[in-house]
Amino acid sequence: MKKIIIFIFIYLISYSYSNALIKVDITRGNLDPLPIAVSPLHVESASENLENLDTKKLGINISSIIEKNFKSTGLFNPLKREAFVQKPDIAHLKPRFEDWRLIKAQALVTGKLSVKDKKLKVEFRLWDLTASKEMIALSFTTTPSNWRRVAHIISDKIYERLTGEEGYFDTRIIYVAESGPKNQRVKKLAIMDQDGAKTKYLTLGNELVLTPRFNPSNQMVTYLSYFRNLPRVYLLDIETGKQEVVGNFPGMTFAPRFSPDGKKIIMSFAKDGNSDIFTMDLETRVVERITEHSSIDTSPSYSPDGKYICFNSDRSGLQQIYVMKSDGSNVKRITFGNGIYGTPVWSPRGDLIAFTKVRKGKFYIGVMRSDGTGERLLTENFYQEAPSWSPNGRVLVFYRETKSGAQGKGFSAKLWSIDITGYNERKIKTETDASDPSWSSLLSK
Amino acid sequence: MTKSIFYSIIFHAMMIVLTALSLPFMTREPISLPPIVSVELIQITDKTNIPFAPKARKIIDKVKKEEKRVVSEQAPPSAKAKEKPDRIPLPDEKKEKKEIIKKKQNPEEIKPQIRQSSEFEKEELINTNEIAALIDKAKEEIALKEIENKKLTQSNVKNSFATGLSLSEEDALRAQIFGCWSVPLGLPYDKDLLVRLKLELKKDGTILKSEVVDHQRMNMPGQKFYKILAESALRAVRLCQPLKVPPTGYEKWKNIQLNFDPTEMLKG
Repeated sequence: MKKIIIFIFIYLISYSYSNALIKVDITRGNLDPLPIAVSPLHVESASENLENLDTKKLGINISSIIEKNFKSTGLFNPLKREAFVQKPDIAHLKPRFEDWRLIKAQALVTGKLSVKDKKLKVEFRLWDLTASKEMIALSFTTTPSNWRRVAHIISDKIYERLTGEEGYFDTRIIYVAESGPKNQRVKKLAIMDQDGAKTKYLTLGNELVLTPRFNPSNQMVTYLSYFRNLPRVYLLDIETGKQEVVGNFPGMTFAPRFSPDGKKIIMSFAKDGNSDIFTMDLETRVVERITEHSSIDTSPSYSPDGKYICFNSDRSGLQQIYVMKSDGSNVKRITFGNGIYGTPVWSPRGDLIAFTKVRKGKFYIGVMRSDGTGERLLTENFYQEAPSWSPNGRVLVFYRETKSGAQGKGFSAKLWSIDITGYNERKIKTETDASDPSWSSLLSK
Repeated sequence: MTKSIFYSIIFHAMMIVLTALSLPFMTREPISLPPIVSVELIQITDKTNIPFAPKARKIIDKVKKEEKRVVSEQAPPSAKAKEKPDRIPLPDEKKEKKEIIKKKQNPEEIKPQIRQSSEFEKEELINTNEIAALIDKAKEEIALKEIENKKLTQSNVKNSFATGLSLSEEDALRAQIFGCWSVPLGLPYDKDLLVRLKLELKKDGTILKSEVVDHQRMNMPGQKFYKILAESALRAVRLCQPLKVPPTGYEKWKNIQLNFDPTEMLKG
């Protein structure tokens, strides 16, 4: 009897050990761009040809925009079309996964389009080539002239499905288009798609325009313009083109910016050499003072929840970044590094603040956590400033002035973008010189 | 009847004893182990195992002679010089000669264990933080905390004792998957990002069956990021297959669980 009990006991213990599952912790991966194949969209043969649109080329054009969008993120590596192994129409029905895997693709985008009754219908599918299954399939119907937006929306959907965060391709950037010599600069308000296409000028350039800023919740813009040498804050509806003056303000006015809900504008006024931060309710037009200090407080920006405001101030001697509650209480300095800090902008995700830093004659664009820790300088140059966040908080757009001409006496201002890892710096093509960019929220939201 | 009651009582008593023995392990805090420094075990050969004084001279002389012989083998150019310059060798002949030269240039084969270690493995083996912690006492606490957080060494120890998968085998597997896993960068790193994959493997390391342990979480509202993360983990193991598994002990590693957690990486 004893023997049986001992035997069972030993058996149970040895069984539990021999069947213990091997567990391996994987805490790191690679950050290499994901190889993705974007097959040209198949154009149905019954499609109509339109006057100012070559329908037959639309399939390739849309896939090219998707490819460019992906490449610009630095997170994807669109594979060359020459390597593709299947015709677009057949691939859209059912890809031969093994063949696509042979060219080292991990994801595949296929689609088809048709133009009927002057309406463009586009459908696409995203395939996971390692799992041999469809990940997402969507269809859009719109007017044919909107084909670029369709390409951006498809890019957003795929980006979101593969990375887990919202895309930023169906967005626009508003900026100040500059031309002429430095002492007689003509500054116009201009808007374009985030990839630099479809530029449109919103003002004529008779008056100086500065600091356009998008409303984070819709397509309204606020900007500063000088009328008879007096600064005025304007509101502009991009969709309707309707423009209104918010108010004339005494002394110098700087950098109006919307609150996250779009109901208020926050800005700084300078009076008698002292500048403080104020808000204005857009419905009631009531102006409220937020800071009252003998120093210069400027560049306010709300946190995405609207509870805090970051701004820069020289109250400690040098210009540094401060954070306070939205009612102006509990002011805390968050930067203590060497150099001057300015233009703080709170990320739409709420975790980071972007800023411009000047140290030893060089300008840096950087990010830090909202408590001032974890400062990372992303890019360094001779002159650059005014970062603005993409709506998903992954990319920053800013402007950079560089010397130009044979003797380096001229200068050129251009828009640049960089992601928060600091690896993917790109120049955004603009028709003229450009400064003061502001990124819109997603149009299709 | 009484016999069966008797057996029942004994059996129940046994279960109670077993439970009493095993339960405290569950409630007890995990033992905080000192940081593990990986040591590669090598076999001591005649060359390195120098015997005591009287025999030592003889053996050292012997080894020196052998080394001289190795050096003389490494000098094939004289033979090459004897070749007639105008004689065109046949293509097959050429290939053979090349192979011979290669062999002579490497008289001692490098052990495969050394060759296999990749960049990832090296990083794993030479964790500077851990080594620094041994030297600098001030860093010791930080290193211990890191290890506790990662629970990495815990599972290593458990695995090596319980299942026989050695540290280097586990490291090789880990390094292989590191290379295949494209981490989705948009994940919210303040949320629980642990994805547990259960795999059933074939003898050659290819995947027979894969399953996400918390698969119901993939379709829960507000857990979209988890689905994307789980999919990326599945993609990684499929891309990596056949997985680097030991040639023996199939029954032990036939079922394996991979715990993917990119939190540390995303936090930067």
